[in-house]
Amino acid sequence: MKNWRKHLGLLLPLLVIVGMVLWPTVTGSVSNRESVFTILKAIALASSLNILLGYTGYVSFGHIVFFGFGGYVGLYLVNDLGWSIWTGMLMGGIASAILAFVLGKAILRLRGAYFALATIGINEAMKAFINNFDLFGGPIGMTLNFSVYKAYGGAAQALNMAFFIMAGLAAIALVISHLVRTSKFGLGLQAIREDEDAAEVMGVIAPNAKTWAYVLSALIPGMVGVLFFFKNGNVEPHVAFPLHASIELLVMVMLGGQGTVLGPIMGAFAYQGMRGYFVTSDFFKDIQLSVSGVLLLLIVLFIPAGAIGWLRHRVPALRRVLQ
Amino acid sequence: MSIILQVEGLSKNFGGLKALSNVTFDLPEGQIMGLIGPNGAGKTTLFNVINGVYPASEGRVMLRGKDVTGSKTYEMARKGLARTHQVVKPLNELTVLENAVVGACFGRHGYGLRKATEVAMEVLQFVGLEQRAEQLAASLNVAQKKRLEMARALSAQPDIILLDEVLAGLNPSEIAAMVETVRKIREQGTTIIMIEHVMDAVMKVSDRMIVLDFGSQIAEGTPEEIKNNQRVIEAYLGDPKLAEKLMRQHEREVIR
Repeated sequence: MKNWRKHLGLLLPLLVIVGMVLWPTVTGSVSNRESVFTILKAIALASSLNILLGYTGYVSFGHIVFFGFGGYVGLYLVNDLGWSIWTGMLMGGIASAILAFVLGKAILRLRGAYFALATIGINEAMKAFINNFDLFGGPIGMTLNFSVYKAYGGAAQALNMAFFIMAGLAAIALVISHLVRTSKFGLGLQAIREDEDAAEVMGVIAPNAKTWAYVLSALIPGMVGVLFFFKNGNVEPHVAFPLHASIELLVMVMLGGQGTVLGPIMGAFAYQGMRGYFVTSDFFKDIQLSVSGVLLLLIVLFIPAGAIGWLRHRVPALRRVLQ
Repeated sequence: MSIILQVEGLSKNFGGLKALSNVTFDLPEGQIMGLIGPNGAGKTTLFNVINGVYPASEGRVMLRGKDVTGSKTYEMARKGLARTHQVVKPLNELTVLENAVVGACFGRHGYGLRKATEVAMEVLQFVGLEQRAEQLAASLNVAQKKRLEMARALSAQPDIILLDEVLAGLNPSEIAAMVETVRKIREQGTTIIMIEHVMDAVMKVSDRMIVLDFGSQIAEGTPEEIKNNQRVIEAYLGDPKLAEKLMRQHEREVIR
C-alpha cells in the first residue's frame, strides 16, 4: 500500500460510511440507527445522481423515478413471488437500469432545460402509470406480508439487517462514483459536461457515454428503493415518486459539490441534518421545502461548485484528498 | 505520394443559402494545404462538413479512398481526423493535461489512461504548455488556449489535422512560434489543412492553397500562383489595380 495516498479519494468517503455504521452500533440506539439509515439512503441516491449531474452535466429533476420503479418491481418479486430480498434488490436495480437505458436513448438527445423538463415528465408519467397498474396495487400500492420477515429472523432482525445492507449500498455507490471519476469513461463524461460538441470532435461517443452514465446512475437507486420499501413494509405511488425528493437530491449534490466523490456525502449529511432540525421545529416544519428551495438558489448563485468544489478551488493542497 | 483526403463536389445549403457549392480537391499525404478566402466565404463550413458537424447536401468526402460522407464527428476522430476550433472550446473545469488526455484517449488510437497521459504530456511539451499542465484550462490566455486546441488535436495522433485560424489574435512573435509548430507537425508526417487570414504566414508554410469566395472554389494552386491570381485579388480587395499596388508596396517593405 505504498500508494495509499492515491486512494485517499476513495478511502476517505468509505471511512465516513464506516463511522456512520459504527455510531448507532456503539451507542445501541434505535433512533440513531434510523437517522443514519436515512442519511445512508440519501448518500446512495445523491452519489448516483452525481454520476449524471456532476460528471456528465445533465440535470435530472426526476431521478427519484428509478428509486420508485425499482422499489415497486423488487417489492413485487419479494412479496408476491417469494423471492429473497437479495435477488429482489438485484432485479429492482436491473429494472431501473433497463428503464434508464430505454429512456436515455430517447431523451438524452435533449440538452439543458429540455432534458430537465423531460425528466419531470417521466416521473409524473410513471406515477400515473403505477396508479393505474393493478398488478402493483394501483393507487393503494402494495403492503408487505409480515411473514416475509420471518425468513430473516423476524421484523426487528430484518430492520437491523436492512440498515447494514443500506450501508453496503451506499459504499457500492461511492465505489462506483470513484471508479467513474478516475476512469477513461469518466473522463469522457466530464468532457461532455464541459463541452459536448468539442468532446465529440475529440472522439467521445457522446450518445453511448451519456446512456451508460444514465444507466449507472439508475442502478443503485433501484436497489435502494427495494430495500427501503422492504423495510417500510409498504409502497404507494405518492411515496415512491415524490417530485420534491428529486429536488432534495439535487440540493444535496449541489450543496456538497457536484462532480466530486465526497461532495454528495457531505451534502446528504448536511441536508438530512438540517431537515431533521427543520421538521421538528415549530417555526420551520411547514416551510421546510421552501428553505431547501432558497438554499438551492443561494448555492447556484454564490457557490455553484458546492462546498467540496469550493474547498478544492481555494486550497489546492486539498485536491488530492478531497475528490 | 498517396492521396489521403478527397473532396468531390461538396455542397452545403442552409435553407436558401448556398454556403458551399461544388468544392473539389485532393489532398496528398504529408502536405500542408492553405485554405483562404474573405470572411463568410465558407471556410469553417467546409471544415464542419468534412469533419461531420454538418451533413453534406451534395458530394462526397473520401478518407484514404473510403467514403466517409455523413460520418459523425466522433467517427471521424476515430478514423484519424482531428481539428481545432476557430472559437476555442476548452474543457474549462479540466486541467490542461486532462484536456489533452481526452484527445489521446478517444482519438485515433483510443489509448488507455496511462498511455494517453504519456502521449498528452509529450504533446504539451511539443506545443510549449508543459508548465501549465496542472492548471485549469479556463485559466489560460487566448494564445495558450489556441495551443491547447492544437495539443488536444495532436494528442489523438491523427493522420490529418484541420487547423482553423490558429494564428488569429496572436502577436507577431507568437505567430512565428506557431508557424514553427505547424511545420514541425508536418515533419512528423501529419497532413494539414489550415484556414488562415494571416497571409504572410499561410503563404510561407503552405504547399498548395485553395481559395473560397461565397462558397465557391475560385482558385487552387501554389502560393505563388494564388498570389498572382486575378480572381483572388478581386475577391479580397474588389479592385485589382489597387490590389496590385498594395502587393507591390508590401513586397518593397519585405525587401527593405
